[in-house]
Amino acid sequence: MSGETHEAVHRHEAPKSFIRKYIFSLDHKVIGIQYIILALAAVLVGMTMSVLMRLKLSWPGTSWSILGTLFPHGAPGGVMNPEFYLSLVTMHGTIMVFFVLTTAPQGGFGNYFLPIQIGAEDMAFPFLNMMSFWVTLVGFIVILAAIFVEGNTTIANSVGAALGGASGSTVGPIGGWTGYAPLSAVGLPAGPGQGAGMNLWIVSIAIFCVGSLLGALNFITTLLNMRTRGMQLMRMPLTCWAWFTTAVLALLSFPVLLGGGILLLLDRTVGTSFFVPGGLVFGSSVLTTHTGGSPILWQHLFWFFGHPEVYIAILPGMGATSHILSTFARKPVFGYRAMVFAIFAIGLLGFFVWGHHMFISGMSPYSAMTFSILTLSIGVPSAVKTFNWLGTLWGARIRFTTPMLFAIGFVSLFVAGGITGLVLGQTSLDLPMHDTYFVPAHFHLVMGVASIFGMFAATYFWFPKMFGRFMNERLGKLHFWITFVGVYCIFVPMHTMGMVGMPRRYAQFTEYRWLDTLHPLVVFVSIAAIITVLTQIVFYFNLVWSVFKGKKAGQNPWEATTLEWTTTSPPPHDNFAGVLPVVYRGPYEFAVPGAVKDFTMQTEPEASEVAVTEGVGGNGHDVHKH
Amino acid sequence: MATMFTSTKPLTKSGIGGGPKRGGPNGNGSPKRNGHGRGFSDLQSSANRYRIGMWVALASILMMFTALSSAYIVRAASANDWQPLRMPRIVLLSTALIIISSGTLEVARRRLKEAANAHRRWLLMTVVLGIGFLLSQLLAWRQLVRQGVYVASNPHSSFFYLLTAAHGAHLLGGLAALAYLSLRRSVPRDNELAVAKAQAGADAVTLYWHFMDFLWLYLFVLLFFVR
Repeated sequence: MSGETHEAVHRHEAPKSFIRKYIFSLDHKVIGIQYIILALAAVLVGMTMSVLMRLKLSWPGTSWSILGTLFPHGAPGGVMNPEFYLSLVTMHGTIMVFFVLTTAPQGGFGNYFLPIQIGAEDMAFPFLNMMSFWVTLVGFIVILAAIFVEGNTTIANSVGAALGGASGSTVGPIGGWTGYAPLSAVGLPAGPGQGAGMNLWIVSIAIFCVGSLLGALNFITTLLNMRTRGMQLMRMPLTCWAWFTTAVLALLSFPVLLGGGILLLLDRTVGTSFFVPGGLVFGSSVLTTHTGGSPILWQHLFWFFGHPEVYIAILPGMGATSHILSTFARKPVFGYRAMVFAIFAIGLLGFFVWGHHMFISGMSPYSAMTFSILTLSIGVPSAVKTFNWLGTLWGARIRFTTPMLFAIGFVSLFVAGGITGLVLGQTSLDLPMHDTYFVPAHFHLVMGVASIFGMFAATYFWFPKMFGRFMNERLGKLHFWITFVGVYCIFVPMHTMGMVGMPRRYAQFTEYRWLDTLHPLVVFVSIAAIITVLTQIVFYFNLVWSVFKGKKAGQNPWEATTLEWTTTSPPPHDNFAGVLPVVYRGPYEFAVPGAVKDFTMQTEPEASEVAVTEGVGGNGHDVHKH
Repeated sequence: MATMFTSTKPLTKSGIGGGPKRGGPNGNGSPKRNGHGRGFSDLQSSANRYRIGMWVALASILMMFTALSSAYIVRAASANDWQPLRMPRIVLLSTALIIISSGTLEVARRRLKEAANAHRRWLLMTVVLGIGFLLSQLLAWRQLVRQGVYVASNPHSSFFYLLTAAHGAHLLGGLAALAYLSLRRSVPRDNELAVAKAQAGADAVTLYWHFMDFLWLYLFVLLFFVR
C-alpha cells in the first residue's frame, strides 16, 4: 500500500493552459494525435497528386481548366507538362514515404500507445518527444514550400531565385523520392525543378531525419527503461516489439541518409564532387565544375537507408495486425515467441539487402548474388509471420468488426505484395522488370497499401480508447470493402503492365504505339484509383463525426487484455491516474482454459501468485485492486 | 486456493493453434520473478534513462560517421583526382587538447560523488580545453585557407572540412552540456532521486565527451594516415 501512496504523491498534474495542453504539449498522447493529424494532412496532398498523375496517364491531352488557372506554366491551358508530371511523382513519393508512412505508424500510434502498453506514465524524454514532432512539422512545411516555390511564378521569381533558381513550371523537384545523383546534384543546369525545389527537398529530408532520430531515441529508451513491474520483455504486446524494432531501424538508418544528404547539399551549393563525375553534358555544354564523383555512392548511401525505411513503414502495421487479429479471433497470437524473433529477423536482414535496388546500376555479379540470397531469405521470417497470423485465425470464432476486417486485409495485401518481392529479388528476373510498372505495383501493395491498412485497423481499433467513442461500424465497413477491392483493382493490373514492359516514371505513352493495347487497362486503373480516393472521404467524415457523435465506448469495449484497456477512455494525463499497473501474465490470454471469462487481463494475478505475495508480505502493491 | 488453478486441466481446445497454455509459448514469465522484472531499484531505474539514452544517441551518431567514412573510402578509390592534404601541424595540438580534456572530465565525474563543488574546477578546466580544441581546429582551417585549400579544392579537402565541421558541431553540443553541468546548482544530498539523476546526467555527458574524443582520434587517423 505504501508504494501506491508514494506514487500518488508524485502524480504529474496536467498542464492548464491551452497552448501547453494542446499545442506545445509534453504529453505523449497529444503528441501522438498531432503526428496522426500531420499524416492525415500529408496523405491528402499525396493522394491529390496521385489522382493528378492518373489523369495525365489516362487522358494525356485533356485540358483541366482548374490546373491551367493554378499552374499557368506547369499546365499551360490546363494540359500538364511532362516536367509537371515528374515533379508530381517526386513529391507524391516523398510526402507519402516520409510524412505518412513514417509518421502515422510510429510517431502517431507508437507515441500514443507504447508508453501505455508497457505501463509507463509518459515517454522517457517528453521534451525530446515534443521536439521530434515540431521538427518533423518544420520538415513538412519545407517540403510544401517546394510546391509553391516551384509552382507559383511570382514566388519562383522572388524566393525561388534566391534559393537556387526556380522555373515556375513544376510542383517541386524532379528526381523521384530517391533523388538519384548526378541529376539531383548539379543544380539548375540539370533542368526544371533542380534549383530551389531540390534544395528544399534535401533540407526537408535532413530535418525529417533529425526529428525521426529524436523519436527513435525516445522509443528505445522508454521501452528499455520504463516498463512497469512484471512487464518482462516477453510479456510485451507484439505492437511494442514492432515499434521497438522500428525505432532501432530508424536510429541506425536515418543518420546514413542525413550524412548522404549533407554530401548532396555540399555538391550542389559549395561545388564539391562527392557524387558528380566529370564531363557531364547538359544540352550543348559540358559541366566543368565537377570531377571524379561517384553517382553510385549516393545510391549506396540512399538505399542503405531506403531499404530499412520500407520496414520502418510496415513493421508497426504488422504489430497492430497481430494485436488486432488476436483480439477479435479471441485466441492468443499463434507462436508469440516466433513472432518476436521474426520481427527482429526482418529488421536485421533489412540492413543487408539494399543492393537489390541497384542490380542494374552496375555491381559485381558476386555481390548481386549475395544481395539476392539475403533478400530472398527475408521471405522466411515473413512467411513465419503470415503462417502465424493464419494460425491465429484458424478455428477461431471471429468477430468481424471493422478493425478486424482491415487487419485481415493487411495479411492479404502483405502476401499479395510480398510474393512479387521474390520476383524482384532475383537478379535475372529483376533485369527485365526493373523500372517497369511491376516495381511500383509491388511496393505500393506491400509497403504502401498494406501499411496503410495496418493503420486503418489501428485507427478503428484504438479510436474508442483515444476519444471514448466508437467509429461508425457501417461507414467503416463501407470504407473497408470499397478500399480493399479498389486497391487490388489499381495495383494488380499494374503488374501486367510491368510484365508487358511499360516503363515507370513516364509522363505519357502516346508516342509508344506498342503500348496502345494497354490503354484501356490504364484507364481502368485510373477510374479505380479515383473511386478509392473518393472513398477516403467516408473515412475522414467518420473520423471527425465520431469524435463528437460516435457511440460511447467504455474502458474496455473490445474485451482486450493489454494495459491500455485497464485505464479510462481517453486515459488521464499520466495514463493510469497515479497508480502504475502491475503485470502478471502475457499479452494475449484469450480463452484460457479454466478462466472465468474468455479474456484475462495482463493485470490479473495468477491465483498461485496471490497466495505467494500474500505469504511474503507483497511487493508493495495491493494486488487485489487490479 | 493456489492449487485450484495451477493443477493441470485437460485442454478444451485442440488442433492447430492450440489453446493458450499456462506459462507456455506466450512467454509468460514464471510467477517467482514477478515484480522483479527489473534488476534495480526504481530510483536507479529512473535515473538510468539518461545513460541508456546516451548510448542510444551515440549509436546513431556512430552510424552517421560510419556512413561518411565509407563515403570517404569509396570516393578515394573512385577516381584519380584525390590529392592528399599536408597535415596542418596545429591538428596535433587539437589532438593533445582533447585527450587531456577527457582526463579532466573523468576526474570531475569521480569527484561529483564526493564533496560538493569539488568537481567544478575540473569541469571548468574541461570546458576551457574543449574551447581550446575548437579554436585549434579553426586555426587549422585558417592555415589551409592561407594555402589556398578550400572545401571544393579536391575530394580530400572536402572531406577534411566536412568531417572536422561535423565533429566540431557535435563537440559544441558537448560543450553546452558541460556548461550546463558546471553552472547547475548543487543538489541537496538528502534528495536521493535528485542525486541519482545528477550523477546519471554527469555520466551521460562524460560518456558523450569520451566518445567525441575517440571519434576525433579515429577521424585523425582516417584523414591523415589511411588516405
